Amino acid sequence: MTAISAVAVLFIVAFILKDALPFFRLRGVAEFFGSLRWYPSGEPAEFGALALFVGSGLVTLGAIVVAVPLGVAASLCLSDVLPFTLRQIVKPIIEVLAAIPSVAYGFFALVVFAPLLQRQGGHLLSVASWVIGLPLLALVVLVASDLFAARWPERARVPVRLLAFVVLGACSVWGLMQLGRACEQIEIPSGTNALNVSIILGIMALPTIVSVSEDALQAVGRELREGSYALGATRAETLTKVIIPAARSGIFAGVILGIMRALGETMVVWMASGNAAKIPSPWYDLTQPVRTLTATIAGDMGEAEQVTGAARYHVLFALALCLLIFALLANLASEWIVRRARARLKGS
Amino acid sequence: MKTLVLCISVLALVVGFSLGADAADSTGDSSLVVDGSTTVGPIAKAFAEYYMERNPGVNITVSESGSGNGAKSLINSTCDVADMSRFMKDSEFKAAADKGVMPVAHVVALDGIAVIVHPSNPVKALTVEQVRDIYTGTITNWKQVGGPNKAIVVCSRDTNSGTYETFEKLVMNKEKMGSGTEYYGSNGAVHKKVSTTVTAIGYVGLGFVDRKVKGLEINGIAPNPETVKSGKYQIARPLFMFTNGYPSMGTHLYAFVTLYLTRQGQEIIKTIGFVPVTNYGEDEEKESIWSELRLQKLEPNTPAGTAFR
Repeated sequence: MTAISAVAVLFIVAFILKDALPFFRLRGVAEFFGSLRWYPSGEPAEFGALALFVGSGLVTLGAIVVAVPLGVAASLCLSDVLPFTLRQIVKPIIEVLAAIPSVAYGFFALVVFAPLLQRQGGHLLSVASWVIGLPLLALVVLVASDLFAARWPERARVPVRLLAFVVLGACSVWGLMQLGRACEQIEIPSGTNALNVSIILGIMALPTIVSVSEDALQAVGRELREGSYALGATRAETLTKVIIPAARSGIFAGVILGIMRALGETMVVWMASGNAAKIPSPWYDLTQPVRTLTATIAGDMGEAEQVTGAARYHVLFALALCLLIFALLANLASEWIVRRARARLKGS
Repeated sequence: MKTLVLCISVLALVVGFSLGADAADSTGDSSLVVDGSTTVGPIAKAFAEYYMERNPGVNITVSESGSGNGAKSLINSTCDVADMSRFMKDSEFKAAADKGVMPVAHVVALDGIAVIVHPSNPVKALTVEQVRDIYTGTITNWKQVGGPNKAIVVCSRDTNSGTYETFEKLVMNKEKMGSGTEYYGSNGAVHKKVSTTVTAIGYVGLGFVDRKVKGLEINGIAPNPETVKSGKYQIARPLFMFTNGYPSMGTHLYAFVTLYLTRQGQEIIKTIGFVPVTNYGEDEEKESIWSELRLQKLEPNTPAGTAFR
């Protein structure tokens, strides 16, 4: 069975290579990687894929920002914080997210989410900044005031901590208000953009990240947990200092899998990213439409003249080859990190 | 790869022949495979539904994968009818001839491409030049064409669609679309986008214009069946079904691709929102067209109709 799947992968690589290489022979490498002009159907045709790489990267980055903190936090919550009965209910719900077909996500993104972003975009962003910023800043402020108070002599600590908390808290609330107001000003002319797709892809990557890293956290086992508690560690200390380090490689594997899901996703991106082949200016402006590698392959396949075998057909395989190389690199990197983490755990 | 393609096409050829043999036997159980344009697809689907209802035992499958895919399927003999919203290209004809396939065109209906905006947009009419400038990115704000001071969200069909190619040919005049243009995979998606985006402009087949979007007048002519049929509306095109050779009389294939010539076929096409080629029951209009034709014959300087392409 393993042999069959290995051979299948090898065949896929071989076939893609076979059809991708003629493109580079026909058009060279410089235009493909260096130009921003993507006009495969034009006369003369231009195949500058740089904007597509940036588009794929941007969307994946956005999905990482959405999915990784949320996914890792959710898996921690599931494995170590929530009571058992609640976990039995919540985990299947998250896993249902993986069962929704991607075209349904795409339809939602195009029909519901894009108009919502257009009408309420600024408002939504400011609400989001509050929802994300408030708990995050509260945590940061608490820790920071604790650290600050620790430098003072024993007697002064309580009032100093209180004072630091109030001052820092006020500052961060003021900052949040400014951020919220700035977000309120943002107008999104077109809801089918990188932001929309990033959020949807983030949600799609969630179940992968959650279930793989939750499994990793579960695999840490009772012994380590109970040992930690027996030494007098609190639940938070056990989580951050024992369980997470022990499960780190598994969590990382989950994150990589989630990223690959976001990078390889086609339908949602094709439907809701706007597919405009240009780099947003400035590059981090997610409210502009982008075009990704996957959507381009899907969108151009129909007209790419398979029979006559022109550059327009082979360029799609060149794009596929690049995607494959990215996937391979990510897998190798994750393999390497997992192995290193395992080695370190054994050593210490 | 080549051997694989060869294998598949040989297989497809065999299947195609067996299908053809089935179709020739009009009394027996038979099936037709229709593939191609998403614009022509609704016509083929409605025809198939109508035909299957009247001929139990006939099975017609209609897929919509784009004009290019339709041509590809016909060339590889994996379909009996290729729906296409553009004419076949030279390269496709050549590939077909190489494989022993002789594509024959049937014009089943006429289709105007309507340039659409949100109903709340005050702009009512544009010239072809203005539309072109908007799509090349020369005009970026609605105020440049008499609208509000808002940036234009430009929406196009994907480059693999027949609608895109026709729009490119009839409007873009070999200029390339601006890099900010958004691309969508179907008429429905463009319609959805424009109906939910106040500042958007897009183009769809006439059949997709409803109350949720507003079709703009182009060069002063509103997009509707009459202006398309008379040739006054500029962004219009015939819709094709291609078969391998002209189908033998009496076969299901023949009946299917000539359905558009019947009164029922005309009604079906009208209901979906396209313009039928025939006009049964429109005697008055017929009369006026005849008189126009006669007038044209009397004037020797009138240019003969230019062929599509």
